Amino acid sequence: MPRRNDLHRILIIGSGPIVIGQACEFDYSGTQACKALKADGYEVILVNSNPATIMTDPELADRTYVEPLSLPYVEKIIERERPDALLSTVGGQTGLNLAVELAEAGVLEKYGVELIGARLEAIKKAEDRLLFKDAMRKIGLETPLSQLVNNVEDGLAFAGRIGYPVILRPSFTLGGTGGGIAYNREEFVEILERGLALSPVHEVLIEESVLGWKEFELEVMRDLADNAIIVCSIENFDPMGVHTGDSITVAPAQTLTDREYQMMRDAALKCLREIGVDTGGSNVQFAINPENGRMVIIEMNPRVSRSSALASKATGFPIAKIAAKLAVGYRLDEIPNDITRKTPACFEPTIDYVVVKIPRWQFEKMPGAEPVLGTQMKSVGEVMAIGRTFKQALAKGIRSLETGKSAAAEIYEEALIPQKLITPNPDRLGYIRFAFQRGYTVEQVREMTAIDPWFLQQIQEAVAFEKELERESLATVSRETLRRAKREGISDAQLARMWNTTWQAVRERRKALGIRAVFSRVDTCAAEFESFTPYLYSTYESECEAEPSERPKVMILGSGPNRIGQGIEFDYCCCHASFALQEFGIESIMVNCNPETVSTDYDTSDRLYFEPLTLEEVLNIYDTEQPLGVIVQFGGQTPLTLALPLKRAGVPILGTDPENIDLAEDRRLFGRLLEDLGIPTPPNGSATSVEEACEVARRIGYPVLVRPSYVLGGRAMVIAYDEETVRRYMREAVVFSQDRPVLIDRFLEDAVEVDVDAVSDSEDVLIAGIMEHIEEAGVHSGDSSCVLPAFSLSAAVRNTIEEYTQRLARALHVVGLMNVQYAVKNGTVYVLEVNPRASRTVPYVSKATGVPLPKLAVALMLGKRLKELSHLTGGVVTGCLPVPQVFVKSPVFPFNKFPGVDPALGPEMRSTGEVMGVGENFGEAFGKAQLSAGTPLPEQGTVFLSVNDRHKPEAVEVARRLASLGFSLVATRGTAAALRAAGLSCRTVFKVNEGRPNVVDLIKAGSVQLVIYTPTGAHSFSDERAIRRSTVAYRVPCITTISAAKAAAEALASRRRDPVRVWSLQQIHSRAESAV
Amino acid sequence: MSQAVLALEDGSVFEGRAFGARTERCGEVVFNTAITGYQEIFTDPSYAGQIVVLTYPEIGNYGANPDDSESARPFIEGLAVRELSSIASNWRSRQHAEQFLADHGVPIIAEIDTRSLVRRLRSRGVMRGVLSTCGASAEELVEKARRIPSMAGLELATRVSTQTPYEWSEPVRPCSPSDPVPEPAPVRFHVVAYDYGIKRNILRRLALVGCRVTVVPASTPAEDVLALNPDGVFLSNGPGDPEPLQFQAAQVRKLIGKKPIFGICLGHQILGLALGGRTYKLKFGHRGANHPVLNRVTGRVEITSHNHGFAVDPDSLNGNEVELTHINLNDQTLEGFRHRSHPAFCVQYHPEAAPGPHDSHYLFDEFVRLMKEFHGRS
Ligand SMILES: Nc1ncnc2c1ncn2[C@@H]1O[C@H](COP(=O)(O)OP(=O)(O)O)[C@@H](O)[C@H]1O
Ligand SMILES: Nc1ncnc2c1ncn2[C@@H]1O[C@H](COP(=O)(O)OP(=O)(O)O)[C@@H](O)[C@H]1O
Ligand SMILES: [Mg+2]
Ligand SMILES: [Mg+2]
Repeated sequence: MPRRNDLHRILIIGSGPIVIGQACEFDYSGTQACKALKADGYEVILVNSNPATIMTDPELADRTYVEPLSLPYVEKIIERERPDALLSTVGGQTGLNLAVELAEAGVLEKYGVELIGARLEAIKKAEDRLLFKDAMRKIGLETPLSQLVNNVEDGLAFAGRIGYPVILRPSFTLGGTGGGIAYNREEFVEILERGLALSPVHEVLIEESVLGWKEFELEVMRDLADNAIIVCSIENFDPMGVHTGDSITVAPAQTLTDREYQMMRDAALKCLREIGVDTGGSNVQFAINPENGRMVIIEMNPRVSRSSALASKATGFPIAKIAAKLAVGYRLDEIPNDITRKTPACFEPTIDYVVVKIPRWQFEKMPGAEPVLGTQMKSVGEVMAIGRTFKQALAKGIRSLETGKSAAAEIYEEALIPQKLITPNPDRLGYIRFAFQRGYTVEQVREMTAIDPWFLQQIQEAVAFEKELERESLATVSRETLRRAKREGISDAQLARMWNTTWQAVRERRKALGIRAVFSRVDTCAAEFESFTPYLYSTYESECEAEPSERPKVMILGSGPNRIGQGIEFDYCCCHASFALQEFGIESIMVNCNPETVSTDYDTSDRLYFEPLTLEEVLNIYDTEQPLGVIVQFGGQTPLTLALPLKRAGVPILGTDPENIDLAEDRRLFGRLLEDLGIPTPPNGSATSVEEACEVARRIGYPVLVRPSYVLGGRAMVIAYDEETVRRYMREAVVFSQDRPVLIDRFLEDAVEVDVDAVSDSEDVLIAGIMEHIEEAGVHSGDSSCVLPAFSLSAAVRNTIEEYTQRLARALHVVGLMNVQYAVKNGTVYVLEVNPRASRTVPYVSKATGVPLPKLAVALMLGKRLKELSHLTGGVVTGCLPVPQVFVKSPVFPFNKFPGVDPALGPEMRSTGEVMGVGENFGEAFGKAQLSAGTPLPEQGTVFLSVNDRHKPEAVEVARRLASLGFSLVATRGTAAALRAAGLSCRTVFKVNEGRPNVVDLIKAGSVQLVIYTPTGAHSFSDERAIRRSTVAYRVPCITTISAAKAAAEALASRRRDPVRVWSLQQIHSRAESAV
Repeated sequence: MSQAVLALEDGSVFEGRAFGARTERCGEVVFNTAITGYQEIFTDPSYAGQIVVLTYPEIGNYGANPDDSESARPFIEGLAVRELSSIASNWRSRQHAEQFLADHGVPIIAEIDTRSLVRRLRSRGVMRGVLSTCGASAEELVEKARRIPSMAGLELATRVSTQTPYEWSEPVRPCSPSDPVPEPAPVRFHVVAYDYGIKRNILRRLALVGCRVTVVPASTPAEDVLALNPDGVFLSNGPGDPEPLQFQAAQVRKLIGKKPIFGICLGHQILGLALGGRTYKLKFGHRGANHPVLNRVTGRVEITSHNHGFAVDPDSLNGNEVELTHINLNDQTLEGFRHRSHPAFCVQYHPEAAPGPHDSHYLFDEFVRLMKEFHGRS
């Protein structure tokens, strides 16, 4: 069966914003699918609400819709585009669910759209846990005992029967949201109630626990001719009970004999066939009892998944690309293996290395959330490391995490060992190492962790070897021992610490001893065939397979693991830098360690080095490749911290000089520069002691904003209204600030925040976007909705902003991208910060304006002048780019994963993702953005208002607007009084601490559809928290700033006024072109 | 920690850590790319005369157990790996992999760059080599390696074959409470299996589908086989070059048409010779568990287990007499054929797996079907 010719136009649904459990792995899969189908001559229509993705680039699809992933809008797109087919399996759970919704609403039938990839029945059979269990029983596969309940009584009854602990799983929630493990009745009731609330169908599955069993995953592919293969096996280091997304995982499986592995393989294939996934990739999860080998099947995902991305990167087998080709009729044996060229994709990759994936968590940003791991995914990112042995891969993985902590240097408490080993938590790996250092045996640690002894033995041996090394010194160490250290993955820096010398000294010594990193290839076949793709990882083996070319080349440093504040936006920039380089005839070399990304796809760049982003590893690659230079300004903070050391090591850095990047980060020097330029900034100072801090705060006046230097995403930033808070902060802050001083700024209240992205060749400056934030300054730029074009700024202010931006770019000799954040208060424009590098908003601005900013930046870094690039900018090379429509970018928060955390916004960034709304007017765009962000505004109903006195006047206007739109109002006493005084009718309701029924009761009872609640200043009180928390639990949109409330009113007005409209980016930009 | 050396005929020398037996062994150095199944590989008699390099770097993790051996003892001459596990972690494990090999006098060289060794074998073809774990000089060993007789023309089957006939009735047993191995079919057929180096899982599979098996030495004349009046004859896998096995080919020629015949691996090559075909040596052979083989009859692709250094030249077979049924999609080599008029068929790969995927188990049912039909006719 070759390619289907009855299909011409195919709709692909993306996965929407980055959330915990659904990250950029689906940008990777969607992008691969788009490329594959286009390459095959199909017309590709793409819809995804996430502007930060590569897949939503106009070049990747024929028509790209950045619109809400919701029925009415997607139906509109279908009505307009009339696709022949819908590919549902590359957009994660979101894409799959939406496909089901479209099918069940009859939309697909109405417009004659065929569901390809997985059929409706198949999806249902796999997704509905009960249907799934029946199906498995039918083919003789065991699943844990379970029952579906929709009320607490039935739940308790069943739990009583199977005994605690039990697993709870709300139906149809992402990444196990709302699920958990209950060890007793109390916990059970708590989790069950929460789960019932969170499940859109108010159903929770109660399941027999197999905690502590070994957990495995198989990645399976099948074609229409029923040829099926296993791409990769994955063994979880953390046993059952820790979500695979939160588990350290290892490929391939390490502790199964062939008999046991084949038993699992047979089961996976049976499962795939029974569920009826006729084409594409699926992921099947198993648990095995380490005592006797009893195997149960946990679940199967009838789509490309997070693990598929991992498996693709781990083996070099492009699952998503192949899945797309299978969906349009190809057979596995008709598709060539890109890497070997000679052999077909119909085979099972075999590898001669070990792959380790380690998740990255950020509980520190969620005060109130317990840093404990369970059946619900909590990690925000992950790294993958490739090594010739498990030890080497694990060590590289730990380095890749960039926790700033190296495996060895950490503070652990002996007393905590049992607790930290028994209860899974983010520090468990560290504590396992620590326990071994303290002489625990493998058996003792196994008893507490249930982790397979083989893994523990590896770690125990590594720890023992480190002890040996500590007895050595740089002078005494033998070539043999040093070589072994490197082969086991120990970094020069770690050795330097052990032998109190410098990493440079260690590097010199080992080079003198002829111990050098070499690079091996990921080739899908363990060297049985020649490999034609330079997909490389470093080892300390005997021969180097890098085979660098003679062409001019440039190396791009990626952004490492996703984390709050540094996510997909930066991968977008890196990929574009790579595409641009290739266009300019320069070989692009990508360095990154994040398996979810497009940048780590072997066909994104000319060469891919899957390596930790550390000085040592980057220098190894530099020595091997000898590129013209290195690009550091696209990968966020990660490459920036390497910029100066690299420069000092003699590596040419392209674009803005690292010294100037540094200068912009250094508040003292930068403050002086601003003075010279006559640009106002909030009064500020820095302090290295408690007393100094209080003194500075007194001098500049309260409220003040205190923070450590060198952080991204506003980590550990606090607004202090009094000295007491400053003192408390200083005592905590020093932990973060190390040798770096604490920064103190005057906090500007009720200021409008503005984000500006610009490109510069150090003389000419082009302002790409002036983005006005909806939330006032004080809410992190990454956490506030922002609007293009600015909607409330006066021409004068806008000119000032342009003027300042140009001055700053010239003063810092910016070559490439620059981002400036301003706060505007009473007509004065203050600079909050300058980042002479790609910012989080680059993809958003690129998509809104249709001008590819990263490409411009790369051209400039290669020495071109802005004047020469007018063909890329629609003719505009100075001043500000025009914006053809109204665009709103809104953040998406992970609060539903962290029950008990206060969702109030502040200067510390906490959103994991973003969406974009497009409209003719502000209200329309904002409404769409909110819908896409998963916080849709209600069509009608009751609005609850409670605002602090400063905001009452504006609140009245908002309330008036809402009332006129037919909403009824309830408010707390003070606010209610203000509303009545303004002639508005509204009900009064108690505050939580006043009595019952209070507002939380109303929310729980479902009699409030929208909450508008602004913090009453200094610190939010317990009942405010209670209200905001209940809105998260009961999925009621909660607006915590008055400016956002105004915007919401606009949006609601638009819902009444405007029809459902959609625009493709191509359409918007061609209109813009013709306008110019 | 004592030194081990692996020296190849091309002069290349790999120095690593010695494990297993302290001794010196020579043979043809070959590589296997399977990720799981080292115990089955150690004990597969087809590896007689060969030093095996495993491409998967972590070996020994799950130890060794009494059930997963493919014969009474390891047959590999020596083992080369990147990393050898110091512990065995699996509920079925009874012994460390290292101990298992040491007990049978097999030396191990570990912590060498197996990937570069494999790349060498891939580009230059398999080579003769010597593995020493008892401290001999590299130069000496290289010299020795050059004096080893080449595998081409080497007859090993009769050496590893059983000297006396024996009965087999032990079927495949589940490896875990969840292993869905079917109940063995009631014994309906008597199969005589030529042992050229037979793997136990072939016997277990035959037993599972209802065969009582009489295993006979490689040198058994056809007449003696017929005297046992079997329902079918099986030709096993085995080591070495098929070309010298003219006697065996001659016996098989006499059996074609008289009894249903099923051959695997060396058995496939011998059937090829019996039908007047030629065999040739592959550059570095097929050894792994991931080879795609197209079944031209069903049009399906099977992921298959391989272990062979020689292959049958399809052009040497008479197209009117035999039908080519299986083709390797990696290199288009012949993987199976059947006689057009007589009940005889064979595959070059290992449908019994062990190690490897189970995609091709159906061939055993195929054999049973042939025997049934043949019964009907005679
Ligand atoms: N019956 C069970 N007993 C113990 N742990 C379980 C059980 N079922 C699932 N888990 C754990 O919960 C995690 C998530 O469950 P899973 O079914 O994979 O849901 P999801 O769709 O979120 O991946 C699994 O990775 C596993 O570690
Ligand atoms: N002086 C200030 N007054 C009011 N808000 C501020 C001030 N400084 C910073 N902020 C707020 O804190 C957020 C984070 O500060 P910023 O300097 O941008 O740190 P980051 O490097 O994390 O982006 C800003 O987006 C802004 O909303
Ligand atoms: Mg799962
Ligand atoms: Mg900022």
